[in-house]
Amino acid sequence: MTEQPMDSFWEWFRWLHDATGINLTIFYDKFDRGRFASGFLMTVRLSAICIVASVLIGIVGAWLQGSRLTITRNIVHWYIQFFRNTPPLVQLYFFYFGVGSLISGSDVSGNPVPMVSNVTWAIVSLSFFAGAFNVEIFRSGIEAVPKTTLEAAESLGFSRLKTYVYIVLPLAFRISLPALNNNLVNLVKTTTLAFAIAVPEMLYVSSQIWSDELNVPVMMNVLLICYFVLVGCLVYVMHRWERAIHVPGFGA
Amino acid sequence: MRILPWCAPLPQRTDLPVLLPAAAHLARQAARERTAGVPMLRLHATHGAALLLLFAIGCAIAEVQAQAQPANPSILATILKWTPLLLSGFMFNLAISALAMAAGTFAGLFLGFAQISRVAPVKKGAWLTTHFFRNAPWLVLLFYCMFLLPFQITVFGVTIPLPDWIKATFGLALPVMANVSEILRGAVQSIPTTQWESAASLAFTRRQTMWMIILPQCIKRMLPPWMNLYAILTMATVLVSIVGVSDMMTLTRQALSAENRPGLLLAFYSYVLFWFFLYCYPIARWTVRLEARYAVDV
Repeated sequence: MTEQPMDSFWEWFRWLHDATGINLTIFYDKFDRGRFASGFLMTVRLSAICIVASVLIGIVGAWLQGSRLTITRNIVHWYIQFFRNTPPLVQLYFFYFGVGSLISGSDVSGNPVPMVSNVTWAIVSLSFFAGAFNVEIFRSGIEAVPKTTLEAAESLGFSRLKTYVYIVLPLAFRISLPALNNNLVNLVKTTTLAFAIAVPEMLYVSSQIWSDELNVPVMMNVLLICYFVLVGCLVYVMHRWERAIHVPGFGA
Repeated sequence: MRILPWCAPLPQRTDLPVLLPAAAHLARQAARERTAGVPMLRLHATHGAALLLLFAIGCAIAEVQAQAQPANPSILATILKWTPLLLSGFMFNLAISALAMAAGTFAGLFLGFAQISRVAPVKKGAWLTTHFFRNAPWLVLLFYCMFLLPFQITVFGVTIPLPDWIKATFGLALPVMANVSEILRGAVQSIPTTQWESAASLAFTRRQTMWMIILPQCIKRMLPPWMNLYAILTMATVLVSIVGVSDMMTLTRQALSAENRPGLLLAFYSYVLFWFFLYCYPIARWTVRLEARYAVDV
């Protein structure tokens, strides 16, 4: 009985379809509703995990770039060069078809079975893609912290790692946030590419729904509005945050 | 005339120099990329060399694997055999990118002028349109045009067919339009307010100020991000392979399945990437040069 008001809400969309021909199966059809919700959640999950992972890659990479070992610096340099200058679609294919086929196992009958799922490959590939930009962004942020600040930290007995975590990073983060925002917004838009390796995210489930229900124009508009709202929310929140923590006298 | 926060002049000296000039540099770069909507492409000659190296490694791997079946022709011969077909696909990519850029720029300039209009509804509408298309992923816009545009249109009794690649071109032109619109708006707003004021004091009308004073200065500021956008667009044309247009990427996949030798994968894809590099590298270098030449102290 408690489901009654919700049901009549969903049924309203069936009425809408009968009355106007706007076929929003994702509301009144339980199966489509589940599919679309899972796709939406997959896009959100993919974005969230990739954002966190790419920021972590950026922090670690920027730290490694300041390393005293030439080889570490070179590895980070080439990592950035590779991921910055190739299309993300090519990177996705590279990981999924190239690396993925190299590390596949085989089942009892000898057929190759991928050991890493396509969702994981999408996360790995997109995180590395955005991470490459983040390394450079954090690096510039770190370079903006004067040497005297580091010396002051050292004189207070901070170790190299602690100076990085407690002194350099908080300052660098505040400086890098505008550039970081641009990149993260770009990352969320790039998650649609996971469609190419059949990750069931919003674009993929929408294409399934419109091939089943033949409501292409409606689903297309739903999809476009969903992405506009999703990216719009991210932009709004990040800009608010950016304004809240900006260093006075720099940038905004 | 309001100056955008990220275009505002940054203090070169402060009373408390707690941050080095790198901070100001990063802020400027972030502001530029936010206006352009796409990251700056920075290609070097070493990238081409690295691709060639990758290609050589791919060939070597394929040759080693080919030892088992001596009947196969050599790798280079195989690639040469497929090159005319792949290049025809590449020309297709270039045609799509050029057309999408032309259409996108044309529409984007109109949208950009609407964004700096003083008629509030026009301004609001243009702002919303620009940001709607900037926030939508390129692939979704591509799908949108592929599925929703009809396969032929009839104008005054003349039926014009719309093949897949034309629809894909429209799909790519939409995000270009939004980005060009924002580039124009950013450029106009980055011109110091004093320019408008001095023009007004010389009795220039708004239209005269725009065409004779503001826009000539804007072209210099718009050219580098516009060219960068073109290079990014060219790389993004491989997206059309997802929606079934037979571009270079699709043809490569077909060539690979026709050859049916798994060892060729790396060699073929690095070969494809190298062609894209050859095309985008001069554009990227030229962009950097123009940017350095047109660098204005804000």
